[in-house]
Amino acid sequence: MSEQTFLDSLARRSAKRDRHGPEPSWIAARRQAGAARFEALGFPTRRDEAWKYTDVRAIANGEFALAEDADFSQTVAATLTLPIDAYRLTFVDGVYAPALSQLEGLPQGVQLVPLSQALADNHEAVGGPLGRLTGVEFSPFSALNTAFMEEGAVLRLAPGCVVDKPLVVQFLSRSGAQPVMCHPRLLVEAGARSQATLIEHHIGEEDAANFTNLVAELILERGAILDHYKLQEAPLGDLHVASIHAEQARDSRYTSYNLNLGGGLVRNDLISDLNGQGAVANFYGLFYGQGRQHIDNHTVANHNAPLTFSNENYKGILDDRARGVFNGRVVVKRDSQKIEGFQSNANLLLSDRAEIDAKPELEIYADDVKCSHGTTTGQLDEEAIFALRTRGIDQQTARGLLTLAFAGEVLDQVKLDAIAERVELAVAGKLPERFNLAGLVEAAAALDEQ
Amino acid sequence: MLEVKDLHVTVEGQTILKGLSLTIKAGEVHAIMGPNGAGKSTLSAVIAGKDGYEVTQGSITFQGQDVLEMEIEERAQAGLLLGFQYPVEIPGVKNIYLLKAALNAQRAARGQEEVPAPEFMKLVKDKLGEMKMDASFLQRAVNEGFSGGEKKRNEILQMLVLQPKLAMLDEIDSGLDIDAMKVVADGVNSLRAEDRGILLVTHYQRLLDYIVPDRVHVLVDGRIAKSGDAELAKQLESRGYDWVVEETAA
Repeated sequence: MSEQTFLDSLARRSAKRDRHGPEPSWIAARRQAGAARFEALGFPTRRDEAWKYTDVRAIANGEFALAEDADFSQTVAATLTLPIDAYRLTFVDGVYAPALSQLEGLPQGVQLVPLSQALADNHEAVGGPLGRLTGVEFSPFSALNTAFMEEGAVLRLAPGCVVDKPLVVQFLSRSGAQPVMCHPRLLVEAGARSQATLIEHHIGEEDAANFTNLVAELILERGAILDHYKLQEAPLGDLHVASIHAEQARDSRYTSYNLNLGGGLVRNDLISDLNGQGAVANFYGLFYGQGRQHIDNHTVANHNAPLTFSNENYKGILDDRARGVFNGRVVVKRDSQKIEGFQSNANLLLSDRAEIDAKPELEIYADDVKCSHGTTTGQLDEEAIFALRTRGIDQQTARGLLTLAFAGEVLDQVKLDAIAERVELAVAGKLPERFNLAGLVEAAAALDEQ
Repeated sequence: MLEVKDLHVTVEGQTILKGLSLTIKAGEVHAIMGPNGAGKSTLSAVIAGKDGYEVTQGSITFQGQDVLEMEIEERAQAGLLLGFQYPVEIPGVKNIYLLKAALNAQRAARGQEEVPAPEFMKLVKDKLGEMKMDASFLQRAVNEGFSGGEKKRNEILQMLVLQPKLAMLDEIDSGLDIDAMKVVADGVNSLRAEDRGILLVTHYQRLLDYIVPDRVHVLVDGRIAKSGDAELAKQLESRGYDWVVEETAA
């Protein structure tokens, strides 16, 4: 029984932790609740509607240790770290790595600390918000995360605080003799009218094959603005499950850029609760799958108040035997009048064996709303291909250019140029060789800088 | 350079070109004029290789090669380039990508190496200057959100960079105000060269005040009904097309 492996690991971890003295009672209670919930539910199977297209046996049948240290070569880390001017918190297989972090010069009103430190400083201040949005009920994975939780990032923004540089929370995955797992938490409390860019970056050593089970809770007070990048560049052997839950007060704006290039198995649940008038949630997503990658994104916009707005644009490109899942839900509560919810999803399959399962869902219980949704899987514009060919560009290169352009439609929304360029280059590099794009994008980027 | 012989073309079962013959030599500028529906755009579309045009009779050869046997991109690589009446918007594909990919493809087809980046950039910037276009055009998607005039300039820009052996310009003057037309005409005139042919397809004589052709052909009902020099275009301007149509019918 595979769940038992995880429960055993949990018991060993608890015993070890207890030697350092008792934890605050609320944490112990939640761990217990998490473990009990996980034990009762077990891992989801394809029979569960929310997991119909995603098989998690690679996780369930895995044997993952818990990392004991954050040792990592500075040189290798430097090659993996995003080359942008930012504040940075780094975790190696889930363990905080102060030597790879850079928090100097954080402006007043910004607190970015590892969860362990936030708990040590004032555990009660953490206990209130933590787990409020994503409790153990959400999924077997959130239950498991709660049972194991030890580390992660806590970001607190004082009211009115505008952070001058992006805040990067970097997760490095190591290759090693035994796969490891981590259950990080991300807790963001964005005070009224505060403004920040958070980059959640997953990357690691090529041969790594670890399991990350992340829970993120993002609380946006009135008028807060948060740009949240999730840049998934984990090694292709990595397994990744994440629940990202935003709660939005009046006039707040949450923008999610979910840019998924890496990871062997990735499942993201992205949820926004639009609880106050004027709240806006933007979900932008781009995923590129190759080999046997499996990328599953479930998004939910809960319009719990009138005059709330959600806008979603997800694009997927799948090659080889990669598989993508897109499930986008817009829920409009009774009396949530004058809301607007737009959703669009488009996918390109570059191989006969690639597969996408796309399902847009609208649940509307109010009558004065503007909602639209659509999903296409498909075809490149033949007229554009002809136009490119009349310039001497062969059919395959023309298709490559248009495929890159397809990704570009999402990247156009990305505000940080460094990220948009990085992803565009990565996509150009991943596109099949037959598209002959090697060098073209680099050359163009170089020209751009002149 | 280009030889069209007895060309018959049908589109969706309807015969549009009914025995068109035309010879363009290097160094010459030809203008094809004619009333709407005469088949002017069909000729350039067939030469460029657009889908949906069936050649039922006749031949097109370009520098001794059978054009109808060539792939669309091979025609362009050989130096046969069409400027569209309605240039297609290609969202997301930056102009710089198109220009670089197109130039590389042409050079590769001719066994030449890629142009080094600095040289390419200088070339493109010079040509942008000629077309009075800002460098920011390069980072914009091909024709996306361009005004009519910008689209036409962009077509000519591509010609200037790719230096075709035969440039075909389909109604390049349509939708242009007088200033834009001068820029476009200057661009076309700068393409004039001893080793290059130019084929202008136009409804109006106006363009030919700026680009003076060597030969003018009037296309009526799928055939060339009358040919002459630049004077013929002026006659058409003052007298319209009807007299040619009547002459042909007679």
